[in-house]
Amino acid sequence: MGRDGIAEPWGARTPYGRGQRWPTRVDTHLQEGVTAGDVDRWVRTASLLHSNGDAMDIAVRDGRIVGVRGRADDRVNHGRLGPKDLYGWQANASPDRLRRPMVREGGRLVECDWPTAMGRVVARSRELLDERGPGAIGFYTTGQLFLEAYYTLAVIAHAGIGTAHLDGNTRLCTATAAEALKESFGSDGQPGSYTDIDHADTLALFGHNVAETQSVLWMRMLDRLDGPEPPRLICVDLRPTPVARRATVHLAPRAGTNVALLNALLHEIIRTGRTDPAFIEAHTVGFEELRDRLERCTPAWAADICDVPARSIEQAADILGSAERLTSTVLQGVYQSHQATAAAVQVNNLHLLRGMLGRPGAGLLQMNGQPSAQNTRECGANGDLPGFRNWENEEHVAELARLWNVGPDDIPHYGPPTHAMQMFRYAEQGTIRMLWISGTNPAVSLPELSRIRGILNQERLFTVVQDLFLTETAQLADVVLPAATWGEKTGTFTNADRTVHLSDKAVEPPGEARSDLDIFLDYARRMDFRDQDGGPLVSWHDPETAFEAWKRCSAGRPCDYTGITYDKLRGPSGIQWPCTPERPDGTERLYADGMRWAHPDMAESYGKDLVTGASVTEVEYRSLNPDGKAVLKAAEYLPPHEPPSPDYPLQLTTGRTLYHFHTRTKTGRAPQLNAAAPDVWVEVCAADARAAGVAEGDLVDVTTPRGSVRAKARISAIRPGLLFLPFHYGYWDTASGHEPAEDGPGRAANEATITDWDPVSKQPLFKTCAARLRLVSRGDGPAPAPTTTSAAPFPPHDVPPTTGGTAAWTDEYVPGGEGEARR
Amino acid sequence: MSGITLVLRALHHGENALADDLAAAAERHAAEHEIHHVALDLAAWSAEHGSVLRSTAKRYDLDLPAGAAGTGHHAEGPLTTALLTTVREKASRLLGGRPEPGILLLRDLRDLHLAATENSLHWEMLGQAARAAKDRELLATVSDCHPQTLRQMRWTNTMIKVLSPQVLSSLGQPGQ
Repeated sequence: MGRDGIAEPWGARTPYGRGQRWPTRVDTHLQEGVTAGDVDRWVRTASLLHSNGDAMDIAVRDGRIVGVRGRADDRVNHGRLGPKDLYGWQANASPDRLRRPMVREGGRLVECDWPTAMGRVVARSRELLDERGPGAIGFYTTGQLFLEAYYTLAVIAHAGIGTAHLDGNTRLCTATAAEALKESFGSDGQPGSYTDIDHADTLALFGHNVAETQSVLWMRMLDRLDGPEPPRLICVDLRPTPVARRATVHLAPRAGTNVALLNALLHEIIRTGRTDPAFIEAHTVGFEELRDRLERCTPAWAADICDVPARSIEQAADILGSAERLTSTVLQGVYQSHQATAAAVQVNNLHLLRGMLGRPGAGLLQMNGQPSAQNTRECGANGDLPGFRNWENEEHVAELARLWNVGPDDIPHYGPPTHAMQMFRYAEQGTIRMLWISGTNPAVSLPELSRIRGILNQERLFTVVQDLFLTETAQLADVVLPAATWGEKTGTFTNADRTVHLSDKAVEPPGEARSDLDIFLDYARRMDFRDQDGGPLVSWHDPETAFEAWKRCSAGRPCDYTGITYDKLRGPSGIQWPCTPERPDGTERLYADGMRWAHPDMAESYGKDLVTGASVTEVEYRSLNPDGKAVLKAAEYLPPHEPPSPDYPLQLTTGRTLYHFHTRTKTGRAPQLNAAAPDVWVEVCAADARAAGVAEGDLVDVTTPRGSVRAKARISAIRPGLLFLPFHYGYWDTASGHEPAEDGPGRAANEATITDWDPVSKQPLFKTCAARLRLVSRGDGPAPAPTTTSAAPFPPHDVPPTTGGTAAWTDEYVPGGEGEARR
Repeated sequence: MSGITLVLRALHHGENALADDLAAAAERHAAEHEIHHVALDLAAWSAEHGSVLRSTAKRYDLDLPAGAAGTGHHAEGPLTTALLTTVREKASRLLGGRPEPGILLLRDLRDLHLAATENSLHWEMLGQAARAAKDRELLATVSDCHPQTLRQMRWTNTMIKVLSPQVLSSLGQPGQ
């Protein structure tokens, strides 16, 4: 059996019933002309192009990657692979990979050797430390490196340089997941497990287009939906996603109104007596206040704000309220919106009010976007203290100081870490003078790009960019460091349900490219960072010794890795933390036995005001939650900051497509993925298109007060009044290189987005601003948008279906043969 | 004039003034995006308090003036306010690339905090007066509004704590 993995991204169904094991289906894609018999060896890894952690083996022949195969025995994917897993690896061998370091000379980037490049980085670091202090240096990393590199970077920044300016682009994707978990449970840490999908009688997806962001997780849900005793499915999404098409109830609220909708759902749960009083009493604080604050939040009240029928809200609340095994997931529709944390916390509240935690099928998954975002968070490469330690708890800081053998005051902890948006603000003001950007592309991915380009272009700002390609951001750098990627280096990473995988080196990196870990280790050596006894601050020298160092840091914390070794990760595939010598098989669900991590002595955070972001003090937290229970937190709805107006009558939201990841640095270089979605488009409903005189494929400008994006129109079933732009497209594959052609409208959605963020998680809101649509010229064919996804044309036009042809052929093998997989 | 009307008058003035000050700070610091957006949200709270106090005052035969328009994200200000806003925002963006506005921001946050504290103390007095007079309706109003004033104080305090290290240490280096 097999499929065109572009045309049929989710493949054949292998239906299963509640409580049964999800059947195995092994997906394999090999380069055309290569058969399994030609493969020299298979090297173990997992997907690095989304957060699902699909386990796979890399096929190597003659020292080159020639394909991938899903790993049958892994708990995450049972052998399956999605489109980005199947074809993304080809980018590794792209001819335009960076092979040598570069430095800026006379305004131009020129190739050089490593000592020259690192020499400049070290010289500038020392100069700034002498002249301006550690606050002049900032690090902006990613959710795509390995654990070992993050931990090393975190030690360098926190205790080597001594700066609080350290964050990852996880700020754009997963900061709200972390913050919402801290607010409700005292600490980060994913409560649920993917196996909850096997047991659930109800699935609720909040702003989570799982079919496109974690396609293998959607395969699991589809197999439940097609099996006996299928779960009911609630979908909250303002686009006509594949999930919405299968939903029992689909709620498509007006952009920026999630809190109103969720408050009404909780209001109904309480009004109809569907709470679990024993669970609330035993495991939570704050119920009375939440109940009082929700009193006025009726479905009729929310219906006006959200533009959703009150009856649909009641129907959804009835399903959520009658579920016996409820699994919920949350992603960018909530996280990148107005009042992000406030909304995500209400989903936590739903599970707390109904006692839906810690047992099979009662799963809460605050999802991640990027493959190793979990490690950015736990290692403290997002600025938090490593191991989910609390910067306001002197004992936590002292513990880290002992571990690193430095003084507690050598670790900045006088305030929260500086989040990415604030770091760019400090760079704009000129108080940060050096930014080291690793594995991320802010010149395309941050909001309001003309401003970001202006900041990166400043003469006074020294930028180091460490990446695989000469990205838009790298083109603006002072020093460019060529990095090795997935398949070319060894390390571990952890997916959204706490599953740890080892990724082994399969092939050599191109030219002189080095692993991110080696680059950071080299910097630490050259900077000669010392502990308080004169020994080296960073005492490890390769991936496995870095992993062992991290294990010591994680000991006794929620993300305890002390029971994991590289050898063990080479055994049965996929281990969920916490994993200790006492729990050698890992832990499937958190909170099966109480709320331990919310205790004031243990908690990673004392919490924040969900509307203003103001800190709750230690004294207040201790009096509110002395026994360390889960905290039920209420939040009042606030209208979005940029509502539609006569000049900008529509709302604009941005997001993802199945076939691309982030700014396309890899997926744009994989032929099958690129062909499936080759250029930017804008989704608009038929009525709004008609009003603007626009038809399928016409060239239009989407304009906001920040700027314009030029795209072809796709007429879809999207909510009236709403436009959607995919955020993946930038300029590296255009003539102008890193910015729009002179004075013209752009191709990147973030030319138009607003600089505004959730004051609690500091996550920018890419999904709510006001815009207008204007016809530029008639098109000569359909928009370059896939037909297989949320961007499907509606009503169906004469648009040819998206296919990948023979180059996308994927073998599907279902062992056993009984109940043969069906389409 | 009763004690209650005395406090109502002072608090009404204080809340309307804080609404204006928050909106003005939002304009002055338009390049500080979090300050800008949250200050406008919090200005709306104070404006709402002002109008609640005005209708409350009618029960005590006290006629308080309407609060200033033009506060909050969505209110339409008169033309002059709009023009002034544009000028202030432009100035903020022009100065946005320099560190000195940081010190002005700290000063504004300090002043906002003190103004919110004054309002909070007046809410405390009003609540105690309501208790003494067994005026349940007035006490309910205080219970609705006072927590938001405390949240305004926490927010200004938090922002001062977050921003001070970078602002003050970057100004304090010798030879800059």
